Formats: sequence, C-alpha cells, structure tokens
Amino acid sequence: GAMEAVAAGSGAGGSPENTGGGTGGGGWRRPHGPLQRYYGPSATEAVEAAPDPTDINGPHFDPEVFMTKVRSECPLGQLLAREAALGREIRALDSDMQTLLYENYNKFISATDTIRKMKVDFRHMEAEMDDLAANMAAISASSARVSAALQDRHRRGAQLAGVQALLRKLQALVEVPGRLRRWAGTEPARALRCYARARAVLRHYRHLPSFRAIEDESHTIMADLAQRLRMRLRYEKLDPKELTECVEMLLQLEELPEELSEEFLSQAGARLEAELAALEAELPTSDPSGTAATPPPASDILDFVDRGSSAFVGTLCQLAGSYRALFGGDTGRLEPFAAALATRYFALLERRLALERGLGDTSLLVRALDRFHRRLQALLELLPAGADAAAALVARAARERVDRYLRALQTFFLGCLGDVRQALAAPRPPGKEGPGLPDLLATLAASVLGQLKAVLAYVQLFTARDVAFASLPYFKGEFCVAAVREGLVVAFVRWLCHTARGFADGPAERGAPAAPPALLLLLARLCLDYENSTIGYILTLTDEQFLPQDSGPSVTPGPALCAEARAAAQRLLDHYVQVQGAAVAQMLRKSVETRDWLGTVEPRNVRAVMKRVVEDITAIDVQVGQLFEEGVRRAQSSDSSRRAFSVYSSSRAPGRYAPSYTPSAPMDTHLLSNIQKLFSERIDIFSPVEFNKVSVLTGIIKISLKTLLECVRLRTLGRFGLQQVQVDGHYLQLYLWRFASDERVVQGLLDEVAASAAHRCLDPVPMEHSVVELICERG
Amino acid sequence: MEDDAPVIYGLEFQARALTPQTAETDAIRFLVGTQSLRYDNQIHIIDFDDENNIINKNVLLHQVGEIWHLSTSPADKGVLATCYNKTSDTKVMTCAAVWRMPKELESGSHESPDDSSSNTQTLELLCHLDNTAHGNMACVMWEPMGDGKKIISLADNNILLWDLQESSAKAVLSSSAALEGKGQLKFTSGRWSPHHNCTQIATANDTNVRGWDTRSMRQIYCIENAHGQLVRDLDFNPNKQYYLASCGDDCKVKFWDTRNVTDPVKTLEEHSHWVWNVRYNHSHDQLILTGSSDSRVILSNMVSISSEPFGHMVDDDELSDQEDQHQEEKIKEPLQDSVIATYEEHEDSVYAVEWSAADPWLFASLSYDGRLVINRVPRALKYHILL
Repeated sequence: GAMEAVAAGSGAGGSPENTGGGTGGGGWRRPHGPLQRYYGPSATEAVEAAPDPTDINGPHFDPEVFMTKVRSECPLGQLLAREAALGREIRALDSDMQTLLYENYNKFISATDTIRKMKVDFRHMEAEMDDLAANMAAISASSARVSAALQDRHRRGAQLAGVQALLRKLQALVEVPGRLRRWAGTEPARALRCYARARAVLRHYRHLPSFRAIEDESHTIMADLAQRLRMRLRYEKLDPKELTECVEMLLQLEELPEELSEEFLSQAGARLEAELAALEAELPTSDPSGTAATPPPASDILDFVDRGSSAFVGTLCQLAGSYRALFGGDTGRLEPFAAALATRYFALLERRLALERGLGDTSLLVRALDRFHRRLQALLELLPAGADAAAALVARAARERVDRYLRALQTFFLGCLGDVRQALAAPRPPGKEGPGLPDLLATLAASVLGQLKAVLAYVQLFTARDVAFASLPYFKGEFCVAAVREGLVVAFVRWLCHTARGFADGPAERGAPAAPPALLLLLARLCLDYENSTIGYILTLTDEQFLPQDSGPSVTPGPALCAEARAAAQRLLDHYVQVQGAAVAQMLRKSVETRDWLGTVEPRNVRAVMKRVVEDITAIDVQVGQLFEEGVRRAQSSDSSRRAFSVYSSSRAPGRYAPSYTPSAPMDTHLLSNIQKLFSERIDIFSPVEFNKVSVLTGIIKISLKTLLECVRLRTLGRFGLQQVQVDGHYLQLYLWRFASDERVVQGLLDEVAASAAHRCLDPVPMEHSVVELICERG
Repeated sequence: MEDDAPVIYGLEFQARALTPQTAETDAIRFLVGTQSLRYDNQIHIIDFDDENNIINKNVLLHQVGEIWHLSTSPADKGVLATCYNKTSDTKVMTCAAVWRMPKELESGSHESPDDSSSNTQTLELLCHLDNTAHGNMACVMWEPMGDGKKIISLADNNILLWDLQESSAKAVLSSSAALEGKGQLKFTSGRWSPHHNCTQIATANDTNVRGWDTRSMRQIYCIENAHGQLVRDLDFNPNKQYYLASCGDDCKVKFWDTRNVTDPVKTLEEHSHWVWNVRYNHSHDQLILTGSSDSRVILSNMVSISSEPFGHMVDDDELSDQEDQHQEEKIKEPLQDSVIATYEEHEDSVYAVEWSAADPWLFASLSYDGRLVINRVPRALKYHILL
C-alpha cells in the first residue's frame, strides 16, 4: 500500500497517460508543447524513444517493471533495508496529514463564528447611517441661511479693496515726478523705467488738469535728464558699456536716432582714438631718416598684437555690436567709420612690424599674426571690406620676413666665405697641413645647406595647419611659390651663383684684393655641385614642404637654375685657369725679358725659373686634384709610353730643329712650319675648360707656354741663348707632358718655342741632344 | 651680294711692322717691314688694285736691321720712319731713322713687268733719331694732320719730341720727358691724338695708360691698371676727343673716356690670346679692328659708344617724306654692339692690323709668318652705315 501511494504521488507529477503532461509537466517543457503537437507524435517518440520505466521519478515509471527489476537485481539485505526505509517514510507522512487536517478544521470553526457576529453588527449600523443623513440635511440648511446673510457685506468689502488699489495707483502717479527727480540724478535707468510705465497712463488722462500737471512735470524732468545724458554723451569719457546705456536711454527718450548715432560714433571714435594713441605711444616716433637709431621696441610683437587685439579690436567690436543693436541694421555710417579706424590700426601694426628688424623669433611673429588674424575675424563679420586689407597685411609681413631670411642667408654665406678665405690665407706651419680644400668645401656646403633648411623650417611656420591665416588663398598658393620658392630659394641660389661669379669677374673696384685662386676653385666646385645635385634637392625639398594647392604663378624650372649654376662654375674655373696661368706666365715673361740672351754663357743647368714653373704646376695639379676628377687623356700615360716618348722626342728633336739651321732659302722654313700648322688643330689659348683636372692643367700649361713663345719672339738670342731655351724646353717637356690631356699640345707649343728661338738666334748652333738630356736629368 | 674674298700676300720673311701710306688718299697702299736676323730686311710697298682685286708690290731694301715699327709721314708720301734693331755680337740696340723712298715708288709703279729685278732699290736715309742717351726706340709717331715736321718717339722710359728740319735731313730734339718710377720703366707703344690741336699723346707702359701734353711734356692723366696685364696698343677715336681704346695681354679691348680713368666705358673679350693691336676706323669710329696672337682678326661694331650712335645723320631738308619715314624706322632699331666678323686667314700670331688711309672700308692684317691679308668690311654693314 505504501509503495502505491508513493507511485501515485509521483504520477500526479504528470505522466503522459495522465493527460496532465500538458499542464503539470516540467516548466521548461511548456513552450515546446505546441511544437510537439504540430510535429506530431513522431518527434515525441524520437525524444522519448527509450523511456525508462524503472526511474522512480521518471514519467514512464511502471511499478510492476520496477518491482520485477528490484526483486531480480537487488540482494535481500538491500531489499529489507529499503522496505524499512519506506515504512518509516509512510508513517511520517501519515502523521503530518493528520496534523494538517486537524488545523484546517479548527480554522473553519472560528470563521463560521466570525461571520455570525458580523451579521448582528451590520444591522445596528444601518440605523446610525439614517441618523447621519438627517443631521447633514439640517447643517446644509443652516449654512445657506448664513451665506445669504453675509453676501451684502462681502460685496462692499470687495468694492473698498478696488478703491484702495486705484488710490494706490493714483498715489504712484502723483509720486512719479518725485521719484523721477530722485532717481534722475543717481539711477537714470530706474527713472526711465518708471517714466516709461507712467507715460502711457499720463498720456491717457492728460485731459484731466491734475494729471496734465504731473505729466508736464515728468516731461520737464525727463527733458532735463535727456539734456544731462546728452551732455554726458558729449563731454564725458564713457566706457563702451556706459556709452551704450546712455545712448539706449536717450533712444528711449525718443531722441533723434540720426543725431544719436553721430554722437555715438564720435564718442566711440574718441575712445578708439585713445586706444590707438596708446598703441602708438609704444612705437618710436616715425622718423623716416633715422631708422638706425630707433631703440628696440619695449615689448615684443606678440604682446603688442595682444594688446591691440584686446583693447582696440575688442572695443571696436563691442561698439559696433552696440551700434547695430541700438540703431538697427542701418550701418551706412558705421562702416566707413570702422574702416577708417581699422585702416589706422593696420597702419600702426605695420609700423610695429617694420620694427621687427632682426630675425628674432619667427614663431612669435607667426603667433602674433595668427592672433591678429583670429581676433580680427569678429570685426570682419561687421566689416567685410577690411578682410582684404588684413590679409594683405599678414601677407606683407610674411613676405617681409621671408625677404629678411633671404638677406640673412646671404649674410651667412658671405660669413662662411670669409671663414674659408681666412682658412685659406692662414699661414701654415711647415709640416702641418691646414684643412684640405675638400674639407672646406664640405663644411661650406653643409653649413649653407643646413642654414637654408633651417630657414625653410622657420618659414614653414607660416603655413602650419594650426595657424588660422594659413588657410588664406595667398598662403596656399602665392606665398609658397612667389615668396618661398622664387623669393627665397631660387633667389638665394641665383644670388649665390652671381656672387660666386663676381669673384671671377674681378674685384668691384680695381685695386681691391683679388680672390685667392683656391677660393675660385672651391667656388667652381660648389657651383658645379649645386648644378649636379644640390639645386635639385633644394627644389624638391621646397616643393614638398610648400606644395602650392593651386597652379599659381609660373616657377623657375630647375634646369634653368642649374644652367645658371653651371655657367657660374664654368666662369669661375676658366678664371681660375687664367689666374694661375697668368701667374706662371708672368714668371716666364719676366725670366725671358730680363735675361741677356746674347751675352749668356753656355748652359750648364736648367734655369731655376723652369724648376719653379714645374713646381708650381705640380702644386696646382695637387690643388685641382683635391676637388676635381682626373679626366681623360688622349694619349696613354703608362710607363711604357713615357719611355717611348723620350725615344720619340730624342729621335725627333734634331729633325725638328733642322729646317732652321740649314742655310737654305728662307722660304723653306715657313713652308714647312705652315704645312705643319695646316695639319695641326688651331689651339685656343684662353678657352673654356672642362670640369676635370687634366683639362684645367692643360689650360694653364697652354697659357704658360704660349707666353714663353711670344716672349722669345721679342728677343734676339745668341748661340748659348738658343741652347738655354733648348734645355729649358726639354726640361718642361719632361715634366709637363703628364699633366696635359694631350701631350701633343705641349709638344706642339714647345716645338714652336724652339723654332721661334732658332729664328731669333744670330748663330743658331743647337746643343747636342744627348747633352741636353744630361743637363735635364741632372736637374 | 657676295663679299669679296680676302686677298692674301705672302712675304718670305717674318714680319711685325705694317702701316698704311698715310699721306696717300687715292690709292690703297700699305707698307710692311720684315724681320730677319740673317738676311737683308725689306720694306714691301703693297699696292692694292681694288677693282681687279690684284696686289702689286715693290720691295725696298732696309739693310740696317730688322724692322720693329713703321710709320709714314702724313704730309709727304715718300717719307717714312722705321724702328729697327741694330745687332752686334753682344748687344742689340733699337734705333729709329727717317727715310725717303725713291720718287717713282711714292705713287706705286703699277707696271712692274719684272718683279725680281725691281726689288733692288734702296731707301734714302734722311736722318737718324739719335737715341744713344735715351735707350731703345719702341715707336715713332708723326703729328697727325701736320706738315710732317714733328715726330715723337718713345725710347725706353723717354718721350722725345723731334723737329725735322732742312727737308727732314736733320732731326732736332725739341723737348723730352722721362717717366720716373720704381723699377725699369719702358713704354710699349703710343699714339698721337688728332684732337686738341694735336697737343696730346697717350702712351702705354706695363699695365698703365698715360696721357701727355706735348707743349709742357707733362702727364695729364693716367689710367692705372688699365689692363690686368701688359698694355700692348692704343688708339684714339678719330671723332670723339676723349675716347681712347686700349688692348693687352689680358685678351681684352677696353674703351675709355679719359675724363673718367677709373672705369672703362666698354670692354670687349672676344680674343683667346693677347691682343696686340687695336684700330679705330678713320671715318666710321664704330668699326674697331683688333689683331691677336690667337691668329685672329676681329672686326667689331661698337655703335653705342661711337660718334654716330643713331646712325648716319642726314639733314632733314634733304629728305622727302618717304625717306623721312624710312629714316625714323632706322632710328628705332636697337643699337647693339656686336662682333661683325672674325677673320681666320692667319695661321700665326697677328701683330699688326691697319685700316687703309684711302678706302675706309678696307683693312690689312699681318701675321708673324709674313702673311698679309687684305679684307673689306662686309657690304651689308657698309650699306647699313652709309644709307
């Protein structure tokens, strides 16, 4: 029996057979019910395919199966223990049930008692309610009587209150003149408010004499007030707020707006004039002649602009705003007024900017201009015409600064050049080499480029994104192109080339010290480097940093600039060749001119001047080699060719002189030399050289040897004179051929020297070639 | 309108000295002096037949020595002066002498059937300019447009003014001046100004150009460092009294206004070696001729500093309206100094260039190898200047 009770209890939990599964099943199952019904029993079967009839809490519990299973599977001990446990459980449940039943019964009994008692009480209360209704009726009747009695009095009271209010108003009207009088002096605004309130009433009742008197008196007082305000407006210094109040009051007093606006503007004008004067006081007196003597401005430009903006521009904005509020949209008078003042302000600022003579702090200037520009925006809304002027002012200031940077760069470059000159001119203790030309060049180029980059960085501040005026069209286009690229970078490069060229074109006035040759060489290389790479680099850098956002004015193309640099380099190098050639030539000329070629003794040595010439040319070779590439020689310059050369010259030498010594018809000489010339190219002596060492050296040697030729032709030589020339010529040939691009040039010129010397000789007996060689080898 | 080809004449000897026959105004005639140490030197009288483009020559022997400088009398066609080297074994002395050529050669002998026999004639010595006390003679200048009786010679650092008396048979030193200074000063060349009544000369020494007054024999101006190197030659503008051209070893030709000696008015840099000679055209001073040891002769048109900067002036009255307009058009043309032509017929250094005294459109140049080249101003330019 106990087993069944348990089974029933659990079955009530909801087995499918019980149909309560839909309602009493596990809470989680409920939503699935309709779905299950829709999909039919197949789904249900799928879920419950393997119901476990032995699960005592499961829905498919089958007591028979369970019993069978337990009986067949469990040992006896366990069955007995289980039975005992079930018995205990059943007993406990029975006792609980009995207790609950008993309690229920008790409560039912007490409820029944209570209901019976209530029934008695309700009957009693009904009677009391009837009494209450009767009493209420009596009360309302009494109340109606009382209110009827009081109505009349109430009406009279209300009438009295109305009369009192009217009297108070009249009292106020009567007091108006007094109040007005009292307040007119101290609180005109209050007086005005009072008058405004009273005015309509007074006007309404002006047909009554007493009111008219009041009105007239008020009028008088207000006219007086208006008069006072007017005086105040005219003669006192008012700050903008007071001014606005004053004019506002006058307007309320129905004064003429035209007159008032004029007064307002004159008063405002005076005020703004004072501001401008304060600003102007900071500027040194404008003195067109003595620009140098002016002391530095007391405060920096940012400070100045700050004060100008807050004081002048602020006030102007405030006043213009007031004017519009007071006089409506009619700005016909305001605009020219503000424009005139703004123009003066701009002029002052311009004068202040002109004082920024040094380079100072560009970021400060940029910030100052930025502030100026920003603060002005408010004003420009009122005064659109000033925008152009303001933008132009900022643009001018920026342009001016860029120009100043250009000058600073130029000064810097000249300073660097001065350093280089000093380094070149510095006396060097023997054995200790000064800085080499490549070092000097590298230092010069690096510092100039560095400076240029620094300047570009400073100038870039003008176009920085956080600067308001950088968005002006000028700064987007023209500034980048015309000011920075053309006005600064291109102009500097041009100037640099021009300056460098200036050294080649000779000193500005005759007698000034000429540039040392090494400097010419250095500058030539600098210009060449500019042509090769630096200009391209600088322009690329500039274009990157200052990319114009619209296709602005045309720019100088890089190649044009490069061509200028190259022309300068060419001019400098040519001049270097001329200077060095002239120095050597001068030595040779003096040596030929001052010697007595007739009376000279038989040559024993190469003349010292020739050794000096070779030394000098070797030194020049070293100097040029420091900065320029070797270059190409036409002939081979290996050792073997050198040996071949000496054989060649020794075998050729007698033949070379032969025509001159053979006492044949003089015609032959010319014929021969002319035929020789027909087949040799014309040699230009002072001609442009190429940018390499060999070409430079060839140029110098050509100048030197041609000089020797011309000088020898002006002299008359004795036998030993000729022989000395022969020795000297051979010596030069031995040592100079290696420097020239084409040794035939050296050879040809020396041949001509020898031929001319033979011509100019009274007794042309040449020296044995072996002796010549011996003397030359001996040194 | 083809330009005539240059006419070339070859001497057998080397030569530096060239001069036009100044007193001859009809025939085109040049004199060339040779330089030879071992043979008798000659003076070649070169007659140029403009119509037939033919050269006729006569040779005079000048046996005293090689000729360094030649100049002819402005008054007498037959008189000339030479500076020549007198050479001994140990010493060379440059002397100067005045000569007369044979009468029949004065106006050229157009018929010289036998060249070889005709070159035996010699010069008649008129007088020596005694320079024993003064040094080597650099050049002899005749008073321009004078009567041929006044000459100036430059000897080392001396300026010597001579009077030729007794039909040039006697040279009397009338006054002299010496250039004093540091070192050995030596005049290289000089010119006698045709302006100021012929009272001024200009000399070159080293890099300086100096002006002198022949009356007081005092220096009147000095262009210091006129050229970077030696000044080789000078010439006066024949039409503008203060204008002077100089040339030198710095390859430049410079034009000066002697009233302002600090800066040249213009500078030409066309030659690639020393410029030995500069000559103004006698009539049209915009035409400048230069010769250089780069073997080139250059003819330049220096309009902007000439006496005819606006072209040839023609009286308005002579012009019809049409011509007037034409004239105006020409005036509007921009004036540009330019190189007209570079003549490359020489193969050796050119030491002398000279305009013809008779034909203003013709000039001669002489190179060291003895080649004389006669050229003309290009016709286009000639007509441009004339019309």
